[in-house]
Amino acid sequence: MSDQVTKIKKLEAIANRIRINVVKMIAKSGVGHLGGSVSIAEILAVLYFDEMRIDAKNSEWADRDRFVLSKGHGCPALYATFAEIGWIDKDMLMTLHQIDSPLQMHPELGLCPGIEMSTGALGQGLSAGAGMALGARIKGKDYRVYVVVGCGECNEGQIWEAAMFSAKNKLDNLVGIIDYNKLALSGRTQETMPLEPLYDKWFAFGWHVIEVSGHSVVQLMNAFEDARQVKGKPTFIIAHTVKGQGVSFIADKWYSHSVSPTAEQVAGALDELGCTKKEIEVTLGYMKEAK
Amino acid sequence: MSERIAPRDILGRTLTDLGEKDPNIVVLDADFYPASKIGSFRERFGDRFVQMGIAEQNMMGVAAGLCTMGFTCFASTLCVFCSRRACDQVTTSIALPHLNVKILGLYAGLFVGKNGASHQALEDIAIMRSIAGMVVVQGADAVETEQIVRFAAEYDGPMYIRVGRDPRPRHVPEGYKFQLGKAVTLKEGKDVTIMAYGDLVENALTAGDALQKKGISARVVNMSSLKPIDTEAIIKAAEETGKIVTVDNHNIYGGLGSAVAEVVCENAPARLRRVGVRDVFGKSGTNAQMEEKFGVRAEDIEAETIALMES
Repeated sequence: MSDQVTKIKKLEAIANRIRINVVKMIAKSGVGHLGGSVSIAEILAVLYFDEMRIDAKNSEWADRDRFVLSKGHGCPALYATFAEIGWIDKDMLMTLHQIDSPLQMHPELGLCPGIEMSTGALGQGLSAGAGMALGARIKGKDYRVYVVVGCGECNEGQIWEAAMFSAKNKLDNLVGIIDYNKLALSGRTQETMPLEPLYDKWFAFGWHVIEVSGHSVVQLMNAFEDARQVKGKPTFIIAHTVKGQGVSFIADKWYSHSVSPTAEQVAGALDELGCTKKEIEVTLGYMKEAK
Repeated sequence: MSERIAPRDILGRTLTDLGEKDPNIVVLDADFYPASKIGSFRERFGDRFVQMGIAEQNMMGVAAGLCTMGFTCFASTLCVFCSRRACDQVTTSIALPHLNVKILGLYAGLFVGKNGASHQALEDIAIMRSIAGMVVVQGADAVETEQIVRFAAEYDGPMYIRVGRDPRPRHVPEGYKFQLGKAVTLKEGKDVTIMAYGDLVENALTAGDALQKKGISARVVNMSSLKPIDTEAIIKAAEETGKIVTVDNHNIYGGLGSAVAEVVCENAPARLRRVGVRDVFGKSGTNAQMEEKFGVRAEDIEAETIALMES
């Protein structure tokens, strides 16, 4: 196998492990934002294991690239990614949503290593990312900033305030990525509040726009490489995704947003993600214990 | 009477001085710097002056992002837009992660030129005081305001600094040093205590002098630190004078009067009367018209104090 193929296989395997851990974490918690967590598995795998400059041994390395999950409710996937890196212990994942756990339902800066901004109130993360990107310029640093936004949260006016601001300041060290799964909490985004023509909107706001499949590791890698070449404007990657990708009982279902999965659903999901019978039994045991 | 200086007039000079000393000071503005009087910082430090346009929500988020990189940010706009418009951003992006954003709220309370209700912040103290970990302060004059801004540059955490628009005489004594959580007695007295902050300290002192002539010894206390509030000074006033009049350039709900009532009720029962805007919106007009219409003149404070004494 070529190095490139090996790398792609590795990233796909990481994305799969992120999904598995998300299912396990939410099974243990009893409730969680499953659909919008598994939809960003490839985006996070490519960012943290290929694109971003980070130190696996030190989540606070001063010159690291920054990542903000503006759609904070997708953080089970981010916590699972941190466990893959080694920034948090894998055992900690099973404390998701517990009252004194660093792994709150929406991420909090200062509680969990690796979290760069408290989010959860939608629409706010791109502004923070723009501040970080501007801060790099003022300090003469060369780190880059990546922000994942949800499609529903693009209804928020603040997103477009941040879009104008980032273009005005030519923040070419800023990359926005939309997890464009086209579902919000109550239904299709095209019905709740249409975003189309989305490409035209970001283009008109002065961003370099790239459109990819958010589940294609190769397309994401190429998009990030493309973004690096762009000078004088921020880049927005429209990543077409499926809410609940890889978990068939919720895939592309509007009710995938917040889920309290049954033991049967968890067993089915873990099975289709390639878990062993033993692994599935351990998770079902956790679920019984939690009850 | 000392020279009258508008608290906002010291902002540009003070921030520029702080900026010279600390390369991590950044100032953000939402299209208001000529009125905020911070243009000198903009001229001196172009790259550390961030023009946000009329987008206060984004301003709070960008300030939060900058603070994660080790900057100390002064984010400035009118009090109404800091508090009402950007409340969620201040809460989630700044206060929840306890970031080092100093929110400069211009045009405090009723005194906003003739801009009227849409521009009059009569809720901002209530909003900001109820956000966990947020410090809330307003200086009584330009000298105290400058000290507060300098204090803010050193303090680690979010602060809401209300800044008066119009000239006030100096109230704080020579050698005064602002201390967070400390009230300052400006006039001693034993019969009753008048507590005020910001613009209306002037009227409180005038009322105190008028009462003195009528044989009522009124203590006048500057409550510039609205949160944390000086519980010790309030308890002392309650125990020593038994009666307290609070003066709010704000709705009587959630302002200083509420804060003092909380302390008094829990610690040292005393009789309390609140002068302030009585749950109505503001109006366009001169400052004198505002004070009369909303009952916050020195005469109103005096009358309320006498009523309390006689009741």
